[in-house]
Amino acid sequence: MRAIVCIKQVPDTTEVKINPETNTLIREGVASIVNPFDTYAIEEALRLKEQHGGTVTVLSMGPAQAKEALKEAVAMGADEAVLLSDRAFAGSDTWATAYTLAQAIRRLGEFDVILCGKQAIDGDTGQVGPGIARQLQIPQLTYICRIQEFDPATKRVRVERLLEEGREVVTCTLPVLLTVVKDINQPRYPTFTGIRRATRMEIPTWGAAELATANADYLGLKGSPTQVVRIFNPPARGGTVTLFTADTPSDGAAQLAERLLADKVI
Amino acid sequence: MSKLTISADLCSACGSCVDACPFGALTLEGDVPEVSDQCTFCGACVDACPAEAITLERDQAADVADITSYHGVWVWVEQFRGQACSISWEMLGQGRKLADQLGVPLTACVLGHNVRGVAQEAIAYGADRAFLADDASLAAYRTDPYAAVLVRLVREHRPEVFLLGASARGRDLAGAVATDLRTGLTADCTGLDIDPETRLLRQTRPAFGGNIMATIICPNYRPQMATVRHRVFEVPPADTARQGQIVQVPAAMGEAAIASQVVDFVMEAGQVNLADAHIIVSGGRGVGGPEGYAPLQALADALGGALGASRAAVDAGWIPYAHQVGQTGRTVKPDLYIACGISGAIQHLAGMQTSKVIVAINKDPEAPIFNVATYGIVGDLFEIVPALTAEFKKRLGK
Amino acid sequence: MDFALSDEHLMVQKMVRDFAAREIAPTIKEHDRAQQFDRSILPKMAAQGILGICIPVRYGGAGMDYISLGLACEELEYVDTANRVIMSVHAGLNSLTLLQWGTEEQKQKYLVPQAMGDKIATYGLTEPAAGSDAVGIQSTARREGDHYVLNGEKMWISLADVADNFLVFAWTDMEKKRARDHTGITAFIVERGWPGLETGTIHGKLGVRAGNTGSISFSDVPVPAENVLGREGEGFYIAMSALDNGRFTVAWGAAGLIRACLDASVRYAKERKTFGVEIGRHQLVQQLIAFMQMKYDAAQLLCLRAAWLKNQGVRNTRETALAKWYATVGSFEAAADAVEVHGAYGYSDEYDVERFLRNSKGAVIYEGSQEIQQLMQAQYALGYRKDKPLRCELPAYDAAVWQEE
Repeated sequence: MRAIVCIKQVPDTTEVKINPETNTLIREGVASIVNPFDTYAIEEALRLKEQHGGTVTVLSMGPAQAKEALKEAVAMGADEAVLLSDRAFAGSDTWATAYTLAQAIRRLGEFDVILCGKQAIDGDTGQVGPGIARQLQIPQLTYICRIQEFDPATKRVRVERLLEEGREVVTCTLPVLLTVVKDINQPRYPTFTGIRRATRMEIPTWGAAELATANADYLGLKGSPTQVVRIFNPPARGGTVTLFTADTPSDGAAQLAERLLADKVI
Repeated sequence: MSKLTISADLCSACGSCVDACPFGALTLEGDVPEVSDQCTFCGACVDACPAEAITLERDQAADVADITSYHGVWVWVEQFRGQACSISWEMLGQGRKLADQLGVPLTACVLGHNVRGVAQEAIAYGADRAFLADDASLAAYRTDPYAAVLVRLVREHRPEVFLLGASARGRDLAGAVATDLRTGLTADCTGLDIDPETRLLRQTRPAFGGNIMATIICPNYRPQMATVRHRVFEVPPADTARQGQIVQVPAAMGEAAIASQVVDFVMEAGQVNLADAHIIVSGGRGVGGPEGYAPLQALADALGGALGASRAAVDAGWIPYAHQVGQTGRTVKPDLYIACGISGAIQHLAGMQTSKVIVAINKDPEAPIFNVATYGIVGDLFEIVPALTAEFKKRLGK
Repeated sequence: MDFALSDEHLMVQKMVRDFAAREIAPTIKEHDRAQQFDRSILPKMAAQGILGICIPVRYGGAGMDYISLGLACEELEYVDTANRVIMSVHAGLNSLTLLQWGTEEQKQKYLVPQAMGDKIATYGLTEPAAGSDAVGIQSTARREGDHYVLNGEKMWISLADVADNFLVFAWTDMEKKRARDHTGITAFIVERGWPGLETGTIHGKLGVRAGNTGSISFSDVPVPAENVLGREGEGFYIAMSALDNGRFTVAWGAAGLIRACLDASVRYAKERKTFGVEIGRHQLVQQLIAFMQMKYDAAQLLCLRAAWLKNQGVRNTRETALAKWYATVGSFEAAADAVEVHGAYGYSDEYDVERFLRNSKGAVIYEGSQEIQQLMQAQYALGYRKDKPLRCELPAYDAAVWQEE
């Protein structure tokens, strides 16, 4: 069984704040972390490995620093890791990113399943997973909250998808690409053995040169159909709050209820 | 390759560009800032530089599609078990506005089985034309057959804009279709409008957990694709007398070629439909534990609303993820959002700040939630919430 | 001289930090309020290998070094002292002492299950009437044929109600006991379940309320002769050398507590506004935070030096004791200042700082009170005290040896 997990190193956007004086993002002190949804993907791959044997390969496209994220995955138990990094990849939007990752996966060879997190918490698009599947011409199943059955021998999988209305049960052939949601598992911590392995491991970096099949016109900014033309701060919600102050909670509540009914909000 | 150049002559080393870059790609150690691989060529630094010392040369794309032949605004109409999803009507409403701005027709794409009625509804909601792909293989959503139909239709009819609702299915489908068509897709847009000069679709969306907004364009590829979250746009009024064309199209894939099968669907009992709720009572860290939600649920019941939660409470295991409101949870736009014991972190605000009326109940008068709230009470939610419930029960005669 | 932590150490630090944040932090306040020890954390720590972090792999441990032990203690106490206390008694005072003094049979029988977390261990020296005056203990162990008969009472023992294995110190030579000759004390490995051994919880502690502290009473408990650790009469030296390891964990933990106070204060100082600005802008608030920063940096450096000495296999009694003294007193001061920074809110358990303050005082007193520490440092400086080599020394850390199966 071979599982490939695509991960991304992202700034911890829950810690990112806006500097009120300059109205710009405060990036210092914001840790770089493995995209949280990707840790669920890594964990799910490790569970598949525990059940079926085989290997887990982690792949990430990013700057050199992204090796830290790959090492964390190895410390959790992934067998091998590859970093995709090259100036030629700079400025990639989701189309170019998915294309580049797909080329790297082609070079990695045969696999049974690709696992991705449902979205990255910096871009929040959720597009790269489906993009990889289409580039590789394999089926995709997104928002997976449970893998019910997985059989590399008969090449079949049965999963639950978490949709707005409830859970959908789907069967599919392998290989397949799955994007996973938070409810799917509880990611393990790195182990000491894993940490030792990870710190000693030499993680190869592949650039455009190593992706022999890649079309240079599909890489980086050049390969990106979308462009960011403007960055600005979210509009502040206007006005100041009307506070209801009263001697007792029930008086305050009465005033608020009165106003809400008067506003016809209820 | 695309290039960012900073003129040493004009640069005064003021560092404004360093601060403006959301990606941390600029560092200033010497006289002139240096650009790292993190640069996405977004141009924020160009705007920020007071000396106009920065120029951005974007590499022209290698294969520029024949843009001018693309015409029309399309919307995918999502249905589940034969019922249209209201998010699609919101898309049609906005699609109509864009189509009118461009002076082009609006087309709906309806896929499913026995869904002719949905196509008729699409006309009523504003489409000039509806493509109807009605086939057993399309009854339940699956990426492959749905994408195949849409890709074929797009290649044949060449729309310039294609909108899909950012539901789970919509995001799944949009990502697949945009990849096949080699075109740009922008997810979770909060704003869509047409640039009058360029006729380009300007797509605005939050990034970095909602901390910044970005405007994105797709100048050289077609169609310009975008997904939009539920309740960002309004459902337009339906006009059943409206006339339009329904064009039947065949499925594009035989069942045997489709790799997946939908074998079951479990509707979640008591599923919180936060997305549709007009009133939401939400609890955060201040609730203190799972039992703390009981008074909030009582208030929600009294008001006929849904129960929401902040990420902190969900992460602590006090309430299931289905209730989470925020950047990584649901975006909601109720008429009334009552935030109890929620501090108002940006990530939470990103999910609810467009609510019509926001009420904040919090012990801490400094909590950021009071900056966005319409009304507020500073105090103990465990005293105030039950008092509110009692008040409303009295006044609503329950 | 390289002051940076290695990649391996950084990963260890992050792992324990995340573990403590997810497994302990969400419910710690609840347990502290209820004054209850959450036993469920032990199998989780065991599964992660934390309980045997610096024990060689061939004895069931994780094979990491002493810096890793220290980092783990710092991260555990950052969340709450109670969980660092587990490491102090189980890993520091007991397991490392077995590693240092135990026979191969004793290591196989006791150290291996402890390192794996299958058995929990603690250390019993202190008695109701003897803390700093260790020679003043009254417990006795009379030799009777192939075993000893143990009598006495130990008090203020962490994990007393939870531990399976106890390292107990008692007089085996009654004449030497009368003469207060410390060479009459012997160390014993004692198991729960042996007849006559009872434990009881101590309630109403000022701090470490989420931790278990209790007393152990021995009523004619038969202890097999092969459970003597070291030799008869070596007990006092073993007890003191155990403190080198216990104090090490306490020092690192206290550094973590200072950091917790610092982080909480910085966070609050940037949120809370008075007189129109965030209180971090007020100079007297800055002063409180400045001293916390100083104490943290200094404590951390003292701890790192002690860890380095341990890794080198160099005797570090003085340096470890100094780190413990400085860090614990520093954490008490930092916690008091952190409450101050929080104003009235610091007085409420809605915030963590009051718990930090209550927790911090214990470490100033146990494992060598600050008074004892001062006497020690002066005596080293004046030459009144010199470390004599021990019959068994804690071995220098060797990754190859520690990690071989």
